[in-house]
Amino acid sequence: MLQIKNLHAQIEGKPILKGINLEINAGTVHAIMGPNGSGKSTLSSVIAGREEYEVTEGEIWFNGVNILELEPEERAREGLFLAFQYPIEIPGVSNANFIKMAVNEVRKHKGLESLSATDFLKLMREKAALVGLKDDFLKRSVNAGFSGGEKKRNEIFQLAMLDPKLSILDETDSGLDIDALRTVAEGVNALKNSENAFLVITHYQRLLDYIVPDVVHVLYDGRIVETGDKDLALKLEDQGYDWVIEKHKQEA
Amino acid sequence: MSKDQELLDSITSQEYQWGFESNIDQDIAAIGLSEDTVRFISKKKNEPEWLLEWRLKAFEIWKTMPEPHWQNLDYAPVDFQSISYYAEPKKKTLNSLDELDPEIKATYDKLGIPLEEQKLLAGVAVDAVLDSVSVVTTYKERLAQDGIIFCSLSEAVHEHPELVKKYLGSVVPVADNYFSALNCAVFSDGSFVYIPKGVRCPMELSTYFRINAKNTGQFERTLIIADDRSYVSYLEGCTAPQRDENQLHAAVVELVAMEHAEIKYSTVQNWFPGDKEGKGGIYNFVTKRGACLGNHSKISWTQVETGSAVTWKYPSCILKGDYSVGEFYSVAVTNNFQQADTGTKMIHTGKHTRSRIVSKGISAGKSQNSYRGLVRVNKRAEGARNFSQCDSLLLGDRCGAHTFPYFEIQNNSANVEHEATTSKIGEDILFYFRQRGIGEEDAVAMIVNGYAKEVLDQLPMEFAVEAKKLLAISLEGSVG
Repeated sequence: MLQIKNLHAQIEGKPILKGINLEINAGTVHAIMGPNGSGKSTLSSVIAGREEYEVTEGEIWFNGVNILELEPEERAREGLFLAFQYPIEIPGVSNANFIKMAVNEVRKHKGLESLSATDFLKLMREKAALVGLKDDFLKRSVNAGFSGGEKKRNEIFQLAMLDPKLSILDETDSGLDIDALRTVAEGVNALKNSENAFLVITHYQRLLDYIVPDVVHVLYDGRIVETGDKDLALKLEDQGYDWVIEKHKQEA
Repeated sequence: MSKDQELLDSITSQEYQWGFESNIDQDIAAIGLSEDTVRFISKKKNEPEWLLEWRLKAFEIWKTMPEPHWQNLDYAPVDFQSISYYAEPKKKTLNSLDELDPEIKATYDKLGIPLEEQKLLAGVAVDAVLDSVSVVTTYKERLAQDGIIFCSLSEAVHEHPELVKKYLGSVVPVADNYFSALNCAVFSDGSFVYIPKGVRCPMELSTYFRINAKNTGQFERTLIIADDRSYVSYLEGCTAPQRDENQLHAAVVELVAMEHAEIKYSTVQNWFPGDKEGKGGIYNFVTKRGACLGNHSKISWTQVETGSAVTWKYPSCILKGDYSVGEFYSVAVTNNFQQADTGTKMIHTGKHTRSRIVSKGISAGKSQNSYRGLVRVNKRAEGARNFSQCDSLLLGDRCGAHTFPYFEIQNNSANVEHEATTSKIGEDILFYFRQRGIGEEDAVAMIVNGYAKEVLDQLPMEFAVEAKKLLAISLEGSVG
């Protein structure tokens, strides 16, 4: 589904990603872990198409499409979703209108007609319930005045509504209490199937207790330096990142 | 090139979409302004002596007044001698729409306001002003059943001289300001509305203005009188063809509300704003004022301003009657090199009077957008209340938003509140939309419509739909 080949990216002339190789297949959950400043968020931003990052080398293929040539909205319509680490507040635009526009854009891209108002409302209620958001949230402005937990739930709600092929969760666990974390994870688990894939970016292992990864990668200094199964995450939890840094310092 | 830079540079891509000029035979006054011009206009309109005298007096006053420069606007000086002050289509006074000049009809079609369709579908009575003369007036008969007068001001001068004589210049005095004085001298035409006692006007009254003759300054003059316990909602909307030279527009609108009467005046203004280089465009110097003369009367201004190169406009309320209410709801959009200095004045002289100001400025490109508002509570205005909300939204970082609130409170019992915010549509917010599959233009339209909702909600339904589209069109190309 996703192939990243030798990806190099920089911001304001400063190299951040220094040769990422990554392949994600449908029906799998990958986790990317790593110490602060290793390039985790940059990787998610580059895949989603944030324009302040400059890709200097490498390729990103998504279902046979070279997405580096696509605008961010085109990537989204192709089925790429980024759950933001810091979701944006949009005063004056209701959650219902926002997600309706987004869903219709994706449907249009697929050659489908817009959903009827009643079908749409039904779908919204179902997905809101999935992440524990109450009906009245639909009328409120997108993330405006939301608590940290509500914002993250909203990200997963949008994910559920858009039903993307690949979802990147960027530090979705940060700022969440244990109950919210569990709700968010349950939401993700309910959406998992053999057709889609998840890339979970996190500093800590605890989210991975709830969203169990098939593959765990460790990112350090702009490269993937370790790849393993879920036990790798447990090792990191247990021993921290010092051994990773020690082992790969020379290469850096 | 950084994203912001691109965003700003691409603003220039949006051309005025309704820039065309109709080819209609017109009588145009000789260029320049003198006593003879005033006499020419008055004679053309076959006006009574008293009105000619009034115009001439205004002209004398205007000649002694200096052009104001206190506003936050920067524009080339207007050469008042290089403008023609009067233009009228040659064919006029029609009994039905069938007699309408096909060219004029085509113009309306291009603007998306076919009269017939409006007549049939919208239930809106239309007094269409193409340049200076009212070409056609519909629904007059229906309105006449209720005793409502809705006609051109020129017609009212002949048919209802007692009303015109009594109220013309009663709210905006001849010497009020430079541009209103000029209007008094050379006003061309406009609408006249009288709603009798106890009558609720059964439909929205609407006038579409269109500036359509090259080099013809426009000096509309509108007068609306709502007698005791009456109600009227009046809509004004306009668009103009593209041209190179700056055009002067100096309208005067006067509203009079008697006891328990209510006037709702809504405007969607979309005059040619100038091209991407800031060349051309309308100079819009308007004086709009309403007097709440009667107790418990109410005047509500709603405006969506997206056009004109230069806008100078402060729809105001004089709250004279006790318990009278004044409202001002405004969305002002500036893009490219547009400049707007707009706001309101709420003058509280009656007891327990209330006013509410909601101003939403949206600036893009290299434009400058200023809110200027005055709240004055006079000595005897016991228990007056005001609430002002002035918000600014910036697209990009080469535009400017300014707020100039003035308060003159002479009565200690007054309760005055002012809130102001400034926000910016930055890249983060746009990226969030884009990552959800929503393109930048749609994102801006959603944000702006959400931001302006409180004002748009004040507009009659069909007007609100039009206004929303207009906001999106005005800002097209301002991002991405």
